[in-house]
Amino acid sequence: MSSLSPTLGVGGAILALVLAMSLAAPWIAPYPTTEQHMLERLKPPGARFLLGTDQYGRDLLSRTLFGARPALGLGLGAVALGLALGVPIGLTAGYVGGRLDDLVMRVVDAMLAFPSLLLALLIITALGASTGHALLAIGVANGPGIARIVRSATLALREAEFVLAARARGERHLYVMFGEIFPNVLAPVIVEATLRIGFAILAGASLSFLGLGVQPPAADWGLMIREARQYVFLSPWPLLAPGTALAFTIVAFNLFGDGLRDRLGAT
Amino acid sequence: MARYALRRLASIALILLLVSAIVFAAIHVLPGNAATLILGEYATPEALRTLEREMGLDRPLLVQYASWVASVVTGDWGVSLAMKQPVATVVGYRLRNSAFLALAALTVVVVVGVPLGTLAALRRGRPLDLAIVTATYVGISIPEFVTGLVLLLVLAGPSVGWFPTSGYVELASGVTAWARHLVLPAMTLTIVLLAHVVRQTRSGLADVLTAPYIRTARLKGASARRIVLRHALRNALLPTITVLALDLGYLMGGIVVVEEVFAYPGMGRLIIYAVQNRDVPLLQMCALVVASVYVLANFAADLAYAWLDPRIRYS
Repeated sequence: MSSLSPTLGVGGAILALVLAMSLAAPWIAPYPTTEQHMLERLKPPGARFLLGTDQYGRDLLSRTLFGARPALGLGLGAVALGLALGVPIGLTAGYVGGRLDDLVMRVVDAMLAFPSLLLALLIITALGASTGHALLAIGVANGPGIARIVRSATLALREAEFVLAARARGERHLYVMFGEIFPNVLAPVIVEATLRIGFAILAGASLSFLGLGVQPPAADWGLMIREARQYVFLSPWPLLAPGTALAFTIVAFNLFGDGLRDRLGAT
Repeated sequence: MARYALRRLASIALILLLVSAIVFAAIHVLPGNAATLILGEYATPEALRTLEREMGLDRPLLVQYASWVASVVTGDWGVSLAMKQPVATVVGYRLRNSAFLALAALTVVVVVGVPLGTLAALRRGRPLDLAIVTATYVGISIPEFVTGLVLLLVLAGPSVGWFPTSGYVELASGVTAWARHLVLPAMTLTIVLLAHVVRQTRSGLADVLTAPYIRTARLKGASARRIVLRHALRNALLPTITVLALDLGYLMGGIVVVEEVFAYPGMGRLIIYAVQNRDVPLLQMCALVVASVYVLANFAADLAYAWLDPRIRYS
């Protein structure tokens, strides 16, 4: 075993912190997220409000702590949905090959021609803006990319000896795909999924920033930044508190994913 | 070369057709059709049915799709429901504005990114390399709207005020004013995009520098400067073309958020406007245009690559 790489270590440490924040929020947050202190609006950090307050006098520390919940929930949920769509499609296309593979990959290529935010926007137009729809839209937008990774990994294993052996034993195709091939493509899938969680959180925050994701008065980083925008020259804290949390979380997922790639790729 | 281009063109045409099918499907197959979107959720069933008949929404989906594709191809892009203007006019104007922004950002990315990547490759493992790689890594990880708002705060605040906070001025009414409105949004996009080009240049150059022909150049006594500029960089930059084309795809998405931050009248804000007003004809064409730009940019990158590296054409 090699020692812990710095990327994996730093990324993992920040992730653990964000996760702890989101879990412990109800106990460590000094105020309820929607409690307004109308006489103390847009205050800078001080003894009473450690990170200051927003335009309604709501405590920024409490809102930033609770904001980790929709971010992580959306990132993990959307990637889980993307995996649920992309893994079976990629496995089938790579394993069956031929015409089916051609057809599926053409459709995947066409879907990848859309910036994922645009694909999510199309879906939100049809469904309406809400947290659940944002998760659904981003999840679906992640499907094609994951399918592509799984498919190329599967293609490389199609003629591998353990796969041929399983088929010679007379195993069913479904078993060969999920029982034999899938465990062996897990490493690249895990790396891809980790990196995608960061992008999904970013996409979710972008949707909330545009007013098309999490709706007020919920505490969500993207939404907080949307509301901070109007008052940015009066007080930068409503922007900086959630902005820093968001940036650190995304950096952490990217670092962790890159670290995992180096670790799993080397073995 | 011509045969290669034709072969690629055929697959591009197929992808564009599929792209149009996805746009159509996303809007028409999901629950709630265009008539419901226009009339709202409290419309009476009779009113809905009348409008559906008028818009041809009662026809089979495949027929609707075919007639939509036919009218798009013949240049009839329909009328925006919310703006009451021809979609083609609106999209044309906005696309041009976004093109200014994208070109400005891509130019700066190349002009700054290639030298930074070269520097990092030549100082591999040293503090300068680490600083460049870390800075670009952070740049790509911070959401565009945070970067944009921080730039706004620092460079356009009441106390500094170097640049306008938002909006756009026509090129006709003065180059300086026009350029000043372009700086902050373009800078935001540049910060996000820089990482790709720097990373690609750095790793590409590092690979090439170990090639035998570089050793030959060194042995014949060429200066280090000449080796990098005339011999190594040329080959190292080939994959960067592909990275730039992929970045253009990112730009078309990233532009949505950045244009919203700076109230810049381009494709991105038009898309948000169409989504907020549930303007289906407008949104359909915006999505189709954005995806087509991306597909065509990749096609152009493939052609450029094949032109510069003949081995590709014959594989």
